[in-house]
Amino acid sequence: MSITVLLTIISLCAIGVTAAIILYFVAQKFKVIEDPRIDQVEDILPGANCGGCGYPGCRGFAEATVKAEELDGLFCPVGGSDTMSEVAKCLGKEVVAQTPKIAVVKCNGTCDNRPKHNKYDGAQSCAIQASLYCGESGCQYGCLGCGDCVSVCNFDAIYMGEDGLPKVIEDKCVACGACVEACPKNIIELRNKGPKDRRVYVACSSKDKGGIARKACSAACIGCMKCAKECPFDAITVENNLAYIDFEKCKLCRKCVAVCPTGAINETNFPPRKPKVEKKEVLNKEANTNKSEN
Amino acid sequence: MLKTFKIGGIHPPENKLSKGKAIEVLPIPEKVMIPLSQHIGAPATAIVAKGDTVKVGQLIAKASGFISANIHSSVSGTIEKIDNIVDASGYPKPMIIIKVEGDEWEEDINKSAKINSNLEYNKDEIIEKVAKAGIVGLGGATFPANVKLMPPPGSTAEVLIINAVECEPYLTSDHSIMLEKGEEIIIGTHIIMKALDVKKAIIGIENNKPDAIKHLNEIAKKHIGIEICPLKVRYPQGGEKQLIKATINKEVPSGALPIAVGAVVQNVASVLAIYEAVQLNKPLFERIVTITGKSVASPGNYLCRIGTPIKNIIEAAGGIPTDTGKIIGGGPMMGKALTNIDAPITKGSSGVLILNTRESQREKSRDCIRCAKCVDVCPMGLEPFLLMTLAENNNLERLEKDNIMDCIECGSCSYTCPANRALLDYIRLGKGRTGQMIRNRKQ
Repeated sequence: MSITVLLTIISLCAIGVTAAIILYFVAQKFKVIEDPRIDQVEDILPGANCGGCGYPGCRGFAEATVKAEELDGLFCPVGGSDTMSEVAKCLGKEVVAQTPKIAVVKCNGTCDNRPKHNKYDGAQSCAIQASLYCGESGCQYGCLGCGDCVSVCNFDAIYMGEDGLPKVIEDKCVACGACVEACPKNIIELRNKGPKDRRVYVACSSKDKGGIARKACSAACIGCMKCAKECPFDAITVENNLAYIDFEKCKLCRKCVAVCPTGAINETNFPPRKPKVEKKEVLNKEANTNKSEN
Repeated sequence: MLKTFKIGGIHPPENKLSKGKAIEVLPIPEKVMIPLSQHIGAPATAIVAKGDTVKVGQLIAKASGFISANIHSSVSGTIEKIDNIVDASGYPKPMIIIKVEGDEWEEDINKSAKINSNLEYNKDEIIEKVAKAGIVGLGGATFPANVKLMPPPGSTAEVLIINAVECEPYLTSDHSIMLEKGEEIIIGTHIIMKALDVKKAIIGIENNKPDAIKHLNEIAKKHIGIEICPLKVRYPQGGEKQLIKATINKEVPSGALPIAVGAVVQNVASVLAIYEAVQLNKPLFERIVTITGKSVASPGNYLCRIGTPIKNIIEAAGGIPTDTGKIIGGGPMMGKALTNIDAPITKGSSGVLILNTRESQREKSRDCIRCAKCVDVCPMGLEPFLLMTLAENNNLERLEKDNIMDCIECGSCSYTCPANRALLDYIRLGKGRTGQMIRNRKQ
């Protein structure tokens, strides 16, 4: 009996040792030599695997950074400049700091602004709705409201507001561009986050002529050119009845917001404006005080 | 036993409410809007300008490319404008708007009711006349008819199949022309046989139209080579590939055209249009449209000029019922909900269906229970539940491998799904994207 047990133990040990030896040589033979820096860079990266950089996941991006001569054109939108400078330090390369960006929704067509004239009850996907017809309202350019942007966002940074439009949560948005690609109406744009998160942009994508656009939505850009004329920095261009504010040129003076007749230009995170005091009133007041003094 | 196709298929309630109703002529509207793109392929180019006067049947837009079709004026009057007008889908499309004055026809159109059975034209003349008349597949696919009459080099047509199936529930426009224009259809079939140089033609008709089968059979007896083939009622028998399988028991390979098995399929309404074009010099500017629906006061079949606003035909049938939920352009299976009834009747409009609120409601979509009913009914032998999931996840390579491009978008899967899943919607999305990917790869 004891011999059987002993034999079993010995034979099992022998098998184990042989297998270990074989495995060792096989491992040596088929060893994949990988740049250890790839692992280091991958550790630095946020690990979101969102694809915002254009590579399949963080490891793909890490491989690309290690392979690349220079880091031009390689940028992790999630980690931002901090992560990129760390990556650059690790690899001994230079990196150009990029201005942080954020997704903005270029549509103001809330339920109040844009009356619906039909009801869509098909599959809840903007892409499907867009391929079938123009949408529930009279505006063929506006938000369809099925939330394709919400479902593609890996960072829970966008949600459908009660007014029927997607809302971007500023702290969470990493500007990976997934929503920009998902939107069949192309109404989401990545714009500079701006100093103190302040931004001015045209929240409309309608290329319809003024009358038609206005009829479909009370907050539509009607291409009246007022903002373009008002802008002291030539940041606004009007093309196909639609104004566009170049965020590189815009100095956030907000003059365009004040002149827009439909309220199509949005401003975000600005302190409330001081109540305007009409010049005439001021003059009258002065005159009154003068009179009383006399 | 009646013939039919082998895999898949469904039998929805037929609801042919306007069955047996005589064709009525819809009054000419005050204004027509004629879209420049009423066919598959490149949109036609307008050759008239604002202020021009046109006659009925005058060419107003020319085909631009091999797969494209001429467009003729359906009324006489003055061109009011050529502009982008919102169509039935809500998107603006280029259209020619004509203000109607009188009803003056082009001189060379033969307006007499006498049937002309002389086959005096040769093959090339027939094809030229069909192309000139701007005839497209009137079943709904709107593929230019003349292109089908010219088999690509290396392939020869052996048999002509006339699609008189009308498998869509509710629609009866083809049925009505078979009853009233039987003689013309048979002569039209002969004309196409001559153009294709084939000796045999089969007219496939579903068995729910016994009067049409009997009527055409009597006429066909006097002609050689034309056979009427009664088919078992089954949707989507009107699909080209299903009809070929049902009538001649041949299977068109994946990705190939019917000519690969020596067949050419033409819709019965197109056959009538070809007869009129060749024998009467009459271009395609009017068609039969079914107006139907359970709440419609008087469902019927109307002869409409192309460009007539859809609302005119609804008014002719007694106006919009109060309980209307959706108005569908086409049949209930493959038709599309309209957003705008000011939009015009086009060459591809086979019917206008008014669904009441209860019928039109879409049930809430629930999770897939893996019952595989969709696989059972798919006439192309695909796996709709899988295609839908792949389309949702945008896995285009897998979709291509799983033959999504073979989908004929018949909607049998969505119809049968007990969980009310939007199978076809997603498959159509995936098909579009996969097609784009394949085209990009070829470039």
